[in-house]
Amino acid sequence: MSEDIGQKNTKLVRKLALVAIAMFGFGYALVPLYDVLCDLTGLNGKVEGQAVQEVAYQVDNSREVTVEFLTSLNESTPMLFRSEVKSMKVHPGEYYTVNFYAKNTTNMPMIAQAIPSITPGLAAEFFKKTQCFCFTEQTFAANEEKTMPVRFVVEPTLPERYKTVTLAYTFFDNTNISKK
Amino acid sequence: MTAVVAEHDDHHDHHDHGPEKGVLRWIFTTNHKDIGTLYLVFGLIMFFVGGAMALVIRSELFEPGLQFVDPNFFNSMTTMHALVMVFGAVMPAFVGLANWMIPMMIGAPDMALPRMNNMSFWMLVAGVLLLASTLFMEGGAPSGGWTFYPPLVFQNGKSFPFAIFSVHLLGISSIMGAINVIATIFNMRAPGMTLMKMPLFVWTWLITAFLLIAIMPVFAGAVTMLLTDKFFDTSFFDAAGGGDPVLYQHIFWFFGHPEVYVMILPTFGVASTIIPVFARKPLFGYASMVYATGAIAFLSFIVWAHHMFTVGMPVAGELYFMYATMLIAIPTGVKVFNWTATMWKGSMTFETPMLFSIAFVVLFTMGGFTGLMMSVAPVDFQYHDTYFIVAHFHYTLVPASIFILMAAGYFWLPKWTGNMYNEKIGRLHFWLSAVSVNILFFPQHFLGLAGMPRRIPDYAIQFADWNMVSSIGAFIYGFSQLLFVYIVIDTIRGGTGEKVSDEVWEDASKHSLEWTVPSPAPYHTFSTPPARIPTEHF
Repeated sequence: MSEDIGQKNTKLVRKLALVAIAMFGFGYALVPLYDVLCDLTGLNGKVEGQAVQEVAYQVDNSREVTVEFLTSLNESTPMLFRSEVKSMKVHPGEYYTVNFYAKNTTNMPMIAQAIPSITPGLAAEFFKKTQCFCFTEQTFAANEEKTMPVRFVVEPTLPERYKTVTLAYTFFDNTNISKK
Repeated sequence: MTAVVAEHDDHHDHHDHGPEKGVLRWIFTTNHKDIGTLYLVFGLIMFFVGGAMALVIRSELFEPGLQFVDPNFFNSMTTMHALVMVFGAVMPAFVGLANWMIPMMIGAPDMALPRMNNMSFWMLVAGVLLLASTLFMEGGAPSGGWTFYPPLVFQNGKSFPFAIFSVHLLGISSIMGAINVIATIFNMRAPGMTLMKMPLFVWTWLITAFLLIAIMPVFAGAVTMLLTDKFFDTSFFDAAGGGDPVLYQHIFWFFGHPEVYVMILPTFGVASTIIPVFARKPLFGYASMVYATGAIAFLSFIVWAHHMFTVGMPVAGELYFMYATMLIAIPTGVKVFNWTATMWKGSMTFETPMLFSIAFVVLFTMGGFTGLMMSVAPVDFQYHDTYFIVAHFHYTLVPASIFILMAAGYFWLPKWTGNMYNEKIGRLHFWLSAVSVNILFFPQHFLGLAGMPRRIPDYAIQFADWNMVSSIGAFIYGFSQLLFVYIVIDTIRGGTGEKVSDEVWEDASKHSLEWTVPSPAPYHTFSTPPARIPTEHF
């Protein structure tokens, strides 16, 4: 009888341990799942990390959308970072360029990455950039100041209910990570 | 003797003669009762450690301004209080009860995997010691909240990796414990003990064990990602590398929400065991209790984002998580009505375990109602991260899980020790606890609604009065728990001197098997399966 139970236990424990290991894997699987889900639904305001080809749209002069620009620095990234204007009124379908200024305030070279985010999240897919400093890492010499243009268009298909779209950039100091 | 131990381990060949002498008995023991005792004592000690941390918090909040501790230490206290209470006190205490009671309730000689049982206990101790060691490290113990949200968690000093490894150990320990519980229940039941004849405590633990196996690995994965983000340049949660800190919150709460049911389901089980005995009636709606437990466990996996209503979600998401969360009220309501119906027209007596259980039904329901309030997404924006949520989850944990653990202590102490506890001091302990716990937590509802944020060492003077009341309640509650320690020690030493019968409580042996063995329960029980399975709980 005890032999029986011993075998049954071993089998069951093996199965349950497998479940535990599988759930550990499931935790990791949530990472790509989350990205896929956000890609499909555009829930989290993530924007495409690549430039799009400039295509001509039918400009919708009948309505204006306010585009706001926010700049911020992650933790204690030693930079100055601002946009040329705080906000602008745009017509959907028309291309605009806005300048951003960033300065490395240290006397060491720095590699930094800007991460964009768009609010409301569901408007992100209608906001296209043909040029942006956020597509690649930016290298700054000691104390270097850069002017970085962003060229964007709000697609005319943007639903009427979105009157304001906020584009936020956060600069992250990646010097230590990128050097490796 | 069918115990697997005896076959493989010469060391235990003399097990029929009772336990070994000396301290080695406790270190090497594979006996489910010894390990249960270890877990319970450890849980009680950690309850006081975590309680001391809570009193540091309540002392600092007694008056506005910074009095006793610096803000970083204050934040460490809120973080460590949570971790110690969840992983050091409540969970181990219920594992202790499971170890003691499950084999006796299903007529098994021991747990299915006695040596793994020993290992999971000592791993728990190692994990908690590792966690406690962070208190003495440069930069202090973790202070970013027990949820370990990035990027805040990365600001912890040297303690960060230690806290993560401690979580790994605690997780492995819980998983092993859970596997053991499942193996015991599936393979070791006495003949005739079908699943639907098991006492409800066994049922709730079975479901809890499945929850643990499903969620603890996910949590282990999440904290491992934190670890590699910090030290190995991965970017799971680092936006600079394409990650997303919100992702962590999703993974964490996928673990975290079922985790709160890990603490409450065994509570339900013990309540369902105690109330019928003192109402002298079978449990009302046994089968519906089982299904309700299953339903709660299932729902717990699909509601996690109600912890994140303010983090940012599209309306569809908020609505889904809102309605799904409200659904939980249905099986929980079934339980509350069943307990009430069990008491209805019963020949009730009010011994200490019953008093704690009745207080549990009332006060847990209040905690449940505030939970329902917060499930409403639009109003949650007001409650989020205020003292209202603090009041809510303390109502579901202190006068629920803790009260029921106390009830379980009083209920089974006579069986464990063979002596009767002092009923007078027991009732004094109950009344002091029941009154002070409300003085402690009820005002926190008002503070939260008025806008006092949680996890702050200082506050605006408008919150002064209720904070003072709450702190006074905290001290009464905290110190009255020492009565319990006194009673436990006193009972072990002989208690009232009255020798208790095998069934201790009137007709208890009709409800469950543990009351059919002698008191105190011999070192080995059910070496041969029981002749008759009690069916009173139908």
